[in-house]
Amino acid sequence: MVTTLVVSRVSPGRVGAVIGRNVGALRSGPSYWIVLVSGFFEPLLYLLSIGVGVGALIGNLTVDGRTMSYASFVAPAMLAVSAMSGALAETTFNFFFKLKYMKTFEAVLATPVRPIEIAMGELIWSIVRGSFYTAVFLVVMVSMGLTEPGWALAAFPATVLVGLAFGGLGMAVSTLMRGWQDFDLMGTGQFALFLFSGTFSPVRDYPAVVEVLVQVTPLYHAVELVRGLCTGVLEWGLLGHVAYLVALAAAGVWFASRRLTRALCR
Amino acid sequence: MSAQPLIYARGLVKRFGEFTAVDGIDLEVAPGEAFGFLGPNGAGKSSTMRMIGCVSTPTAGELRILGMDAVREGPRIRARLGVCPQLDNLDPDLTVRENLVTYARYFGLSRAESRRRADELLEFVQLSDRANGKVEPLSGGMKRRLTIARAMVNDPDLVLLDEPTTGLDPQARHLLWERLFRLKQRGTTLVLTTHYMDEAEQLCDRLVVMDGGRIVAEGSPRSLIETYSTAEVVELRFPGMPEAGARHAAALAGVGKRVDPLPDRVLVYVDDGDAALAEIHRRGLEPSSVLVRRSTLEDVFLHLTGRTLVD
Repeated sequence: MVTTLVVSRVSPGRVGAVIGRNVGALRSGPSYWIVLVSGFFEPLLYLLSIGVGVGALIGNLTVDGRTMSYASFVAPAMLAVSAMSGALAETTFNFFFKLKYMKTFEAVLATPVRPIEIAMGELIWSIVRGSFYTAVFLVVMVSMGLTEPGWALAAFPATVLVGLAFGGLGMAVSTLMRGWQDFDLMGTGQFALFLFSGTFSPVRDYPAVVEVLVQVTPLYHAVELVRGLCTGVLEWGLLGHVAYLVALAAAGVWFASRRLTRALCR
Repeated sequence: MSAQPLIYARGLVKRFGEFTAVDGIDLEVAPGEAFGFLGPNGAGKSSTMRMIGCVSTPTAGELRILGMDAVREGPRIRARLGVCPQLDNLDPDLTVRENLVTYARYFGLSRAESRRRADELLEFVQLSDRANGKVEPLSGGMKRRLTIARAMVNDPDLVLLDEPTTGLDPQARHLLWERLFRLKQRGTTLVLTTHYMDEAEQLCDRLVVMDGGRIVAEGSPRSLIETYSTAEVVELRFPGMPEAGARHAAALAGVGKRVDPLPDRVLVYVDDGDAALAEIHRRGLEPSSVLVRRSTLEDVFLHLTGRTLVD
């Protein structure tokens, strides 16, 4: 009831204006372009060094009775990671900076724009950034023969959802950050997810306790969903991952806009 | 309709936990008026401004802006306000022009209209030649002018300025006053907070002095000075202050309307500074330094609250 009430008052034009601010930043000079472009390369470098490089030593991998090259196993995970890091970079570093140091949102809230509209605008922008990464990454995967064009098209909307989920999570986390020291903590957490979410080895090979633990964390669901689509293995289980990611996104935005209201509208 | 006040507050209260920032104030600001809040830091000026700007919810009391309820109709009210905050919060990621265009879009102006408005306002605040540069290299005065241009982007009915000239050099202050005066002439209602009596005298038709979250005096700048101070103040320093202060103050009795011994100097409130100086010399007093100046907020404030301004 309360949620519908809130959503019904959201103005698409004002959400668009919040997104427009970031487009304006791109129009204002090269610095933001550099940030955007540099964020793309990390997952690609991992794909090349570990997926292809280490993969050459490992050879093929058999997961759930299906055999694939190690690079084809790692590539979808790196795709999910690039969706995650694109959305997280925007909703953590940039969002926090705008919130705490640049006082951008303070200025915005003096206009008719409301906190929920800021949250939604920034979230959509983070997805645009993440999707730009994953679209290019998918082209790279197809050109390297790591997935089929048709499956790549199917995987793309899934990466948008991954961006949405991590964007919501990142924004919620940002509103809890006390200062830059917390970013080191977050970086460590993000790196742990990156290493142990079934990215470089199947989760089923982990000890049972670790496996259960991993299955609670978000990147695992992102990797499983994206890998299922990239490798053409469609199972009902994928819907479970979708549900997890949708719930994470919704909870993140709701929490973030509440915290934003508390922080800025005192 | 025209008689309806633009701002109407009754028993307005703002508390942060145990701390009461605004302690039950009543206000009415008429359309076209330039209204000022004076007071030291912590007096509750900024908290009041934030409530009027509909970004802070009153803890108690009634607050109506432009005839609308400040709590329930925040976005509709903010659509017609221009806000110039105390600390510049311009967007350093954007160019000068893009700062205005982006801001106009928050008010729902079309892209073309936003650009037109931005160029017009850059002209108004004399920043057209900096339009495509970033914000960071601008001087303090330029930044403040840009912030005021930004506050004008939606052609507001009411402009809120929180300490618009604090920290600016004299030239920058005068340029800004001149621009604000033009706004006032156009019939824009201005509400501002300030530390400076000269600023209030330049810009305000009417003002209130706040202290400890309450309004302690209200009137035009002139009437406040006439009521609570004198036309001029003679500041005297004597060797051996502060110990000798009380003795010198006693010796000065009757020179002016009032004598105030402060730790470092003695203030004598007089109508004619030169005549008072002559009298001081006639009494054989030998101050180590003498300053005759016009009355300021400091003097009104000292009289109203019995202590100096704290920053």
